[in-house]
Formats: sequence, C-alpha cells, structure tokens
Amino acid sequence: MTKQEIIAKVNAALAEEFEVEESVLAPEANIKETLELDSLSLVDLVALIESNFGVKIAGSELVKIQTFQALYDYLEANAK
Amino acid sequence: MNRVVITGMGIWSCLGTTLDEVRDSLYNGKSGIIFDQARKDMGFRSALTGVVPIPNLKGELARSQRVYMPEQAQYAYCSTRDALKDAGLDADFIAANEVGLIFGNDSSAVPVVKAVDTMREKKDTTLCGSGAIFQSMNSTVTMNLDCIFKLKGMNMTVSAACASGSHAIGLGALLIQNGLQDIVVCGGAQEINPFAVGSFDGISAFSTREDAPEKASRPFDRDRDGLIPSGGAATIVIESYESAVRRGAHIYGEILGYGFSGNGDHISSPNVDGPKRSLEMALRRAGVSIDEIGYINAHATSTHVGDTNEAKAIYAVVGDRKIEVTSTKSQTGHEMWMAGASEVIYSMLMMKNDFIAGNLNFENPDEDSAKLLIPAHRIEKKFDTFLSNSFGFGGTNSTLIVKNL
Repeated sequence: MTKQEIIAKVNAALAEEFEVEESVLAPEANIKETLELDSLSLVDLVALIESNFGVKIAGSELVKIQTFQALYDYLEANAK
Repeated sequence: MNRVVITGMGIWSCLGTTLDEVRDSLYNGKSGIIFDQARKDMGFRSALTGVVPIPNLKGELARSQRVYMPEQAQYAYCSTRDALKDAGLDADFIAANEVGLIFGNDSSAVPVVKAVDTMREKKDTTLCGSGAIFQSMNSTVTMNLDCIFKLKGMNMTVSAACASGSHAIGLGALLIQNGLQDIVVCGGAQEINPFAVGSFDGISAFSTREDAPEKASRPFDRDRDGLIPSGGAATIVIESYESAVRRGAHIYGEILGYGFSGNGDHISSPNVDGPKRSLEMALRRAGVSIDEIGYINAHATSTHVGDTNEAKAIYAVVGDRKIEVTSTKSQTGHEMWMAGASEVIYSMLMMKNDFIAGNLNFENPDEDSAKLLIPAHRIEKKFDTFLSNSFGFGGTNSTLIVKNL
C-alpha cells in the first residue's frame, strides 16, 4: 500500500467512525482535538486502526502519535 | 404520604412509536408479531417475534453519546424523550430540580456476544472498543439516560425479570410517596434480537405457530402453546400531586397502589399464592375494594401454566364479579423487561379513550379462564380504575392500580 493509499484509507475510516468531514483532517492537526477524543474514545481509535490495517498500536506508541501526519508515518512503517 | 400521579408517557412499541399510533393499534386489534427468518436460520424452534423500528439517532445524539447505547437504550431514549416532552419537563427544569430515574432492564446480550467474540478472535481486550462495557451492563439504560438527560435524582435499574418495568414504577412511586423525590422517570426497556432470547427459545417457552404469526399469541385460550418475545421501551413520568399542580402539568391519572410478592417456589413455573398476594397487597395499599376496579390488564403471556395460575389468582380475588380481564400481550407478544411499564400505558390509553382492546385469539376458554370475563373483541366501556399485573422468573410479582384523573 502506498502512503497516499494509506492516507486515503485512514482518513475515510476516521471520518466515518468519528463523524467529521475529511477536510478537517489536516496532516499537522492534533488528532485528539480534531476528533474530540477523550481517554475512552482513544480505545476506539486503536480498534479502528487494528481492524483496517491489522496493526495494534501499543499504549507507549500511541502517546507519541499526536498528529495525523505522525499516524500516517506510523502506519507506513507498520501496516501489514 | 404524598399522592403519586402520572404526568408524561412515551412509547417505542411494536404497536407504534407515538401514543396516538398505539391507541389506534389497540383499538383496531393490530398484531405486532412477525416471522423472522434469521432466527430460523440460527436454529430457533420458533422464529416469531415482535418488531420495532430501529431509531436513527445520528444527528440527534453525538457519537460520544450513541457509542455507549445498545438497542434497548436507544428505544428507551426515544420513549423518554417523548415522555419528558409530554410531561413538560425541559432541560432548564431538570437542571434546577432533582429528577429521579428508575428503569427495568434485565439483559444486554448483543454487546456481550460481540465483546466475547472479539476477545476470542483477537486475544486483545482493547479491541472490544470503548462502548462494550457500558452497553453490556444491566444498568445500561439508566446510565445512558441519566447522562443524556442530565438527571440528578435517584439513578438505578431494576432487574426483576418480566416484572422489571412494573417494579420500576412501583419503587418510583414509593420514593415519591415518602417525600424522597418529587419526580421520577420510570419505565422498562427490552432488546429485540436473537441472541437475547435464543436460550429462552431453547426451553420450549415460545409458540411455534409460525404459519400464522398474528394468531400465535393467545393468552388464556385453551390452545395456547407459548409466548412470543417482543420488546421496545416505555417511559412514564410520575410525580407528586403537589409538584404536578405547582407546575401546571397535565395529569393522566394517579397511582393508587403498588403490591408485590415473591413466590418462594419454582424458578420458571409461577404459582397461585404469590400473584394473589401481590394483587391483595396492591388493593390494600390503594385503599380500594375490588369492586372499584374497572379493568384488569393481566400478565398472561400465552403459556399454559402461567396463564392458568394467573387466572386462578385473579379469580381468587375477583370471584364472580364481572370485571373485564385481557392481556395486551395478545397484540404485542411478551415485552418482558418493558412489559410492566408499557402495559400501564396501554391500559391508560384505553381508559382515556373508553375502550378495552380485545384479547386476541381467545377462541376457547380452558377450565380456569372460563371463570373470568375475557372479551375476545374490543368493547366500548368507560372505566376509571385499572389494575395491571406483571410476574417474572424466580417468582417476582408486581401489581399496580391506577385511577383516572
């Protein structure tokens, strides 16, 4: 999967699950703020990534992923 | 002791999702029962079920609210939204006053099944998602409604099998009678899905009259062969008479009495003594004689033993008096955790509109039902006090007596 394909796929999944327009998913935007995630709904982010990419983001990694760009980079490196 | 009155009602039922629709369905003898092929494909003995629309709450509630709601909480949200509006209770009033919440609910199967499937497949609990725990608990209805409507009084779920909804109203009434709450939002909710009732089907409790779904639920009829599971949600706003008058609220009626009992007997087979004591306690606490009751809404679910023993219990209290007895489950099927609340609404709608819906499919009485006055077809009748029975597994009985105002 190319990086553009990863971005398209993750953005579509995030927009549907968290009910936002894809246009707000700017690469440098903060994920938690943009998607209005609290500590509970972060669990749903992890589950969403796992179901779409087969990648389980560990808690220690999740705290480092602050922006959408960081998420794209993580998936590029780890997506199966 | 404070008087307790009903000032709001909301319903999400197989007979309709507004009070007017449900009134018309009752009046016209509509059945809410269908054949569900999915159940047959899963190996059910009986694929009969009540069915309600799935609410579309996207746009009305945020994702962060909906993610914690299983189907029965969605039904209960709709019935409660409508009941609060009917009662004239807006967000400002609720913010300034302690409004309580007691609902009957006794299962939440689908979220449990999904979470277990995920754990078995993925070996990872995180992947169950954030909503699973809140959807899985018996108190899921009240925990969701309390947070959505910002209710700040009593907040609890009653799990008392098929008497849950009735006990919820009775317990709410006790809080008001004793001055502990001015207003309590009461009700019952019941999920409708194969997982919730598969094991119930497995003990041969359901009617297998699949060729004629609308004929399958036949409480008190000689040829009944089991109940039909159903569900939805019903909400009743109850409050002290003083509070209702102070607010200028419309008052439907007054809860005169709540009776209850345990059978101390078999886990599934009801007896006669327990229900009889529940009826007698309700009459005693209401301070009315049986002669003042104009209509009895029976629990009768269309099972052999259950209907027989309820008929015996009612006859033991009513004797040869001519009081109409019907089971609205002949139209709805058995709404289980919801039934005790919905049947108060059904009875109230009949009382307000001067009719008693016919006990569908009552074609031939048996020895015990022959002693009761059971109209098979709708009758036009004015009455101003009704009694509603609800009984459940494990021998839990609840009886409510409501007077027109």
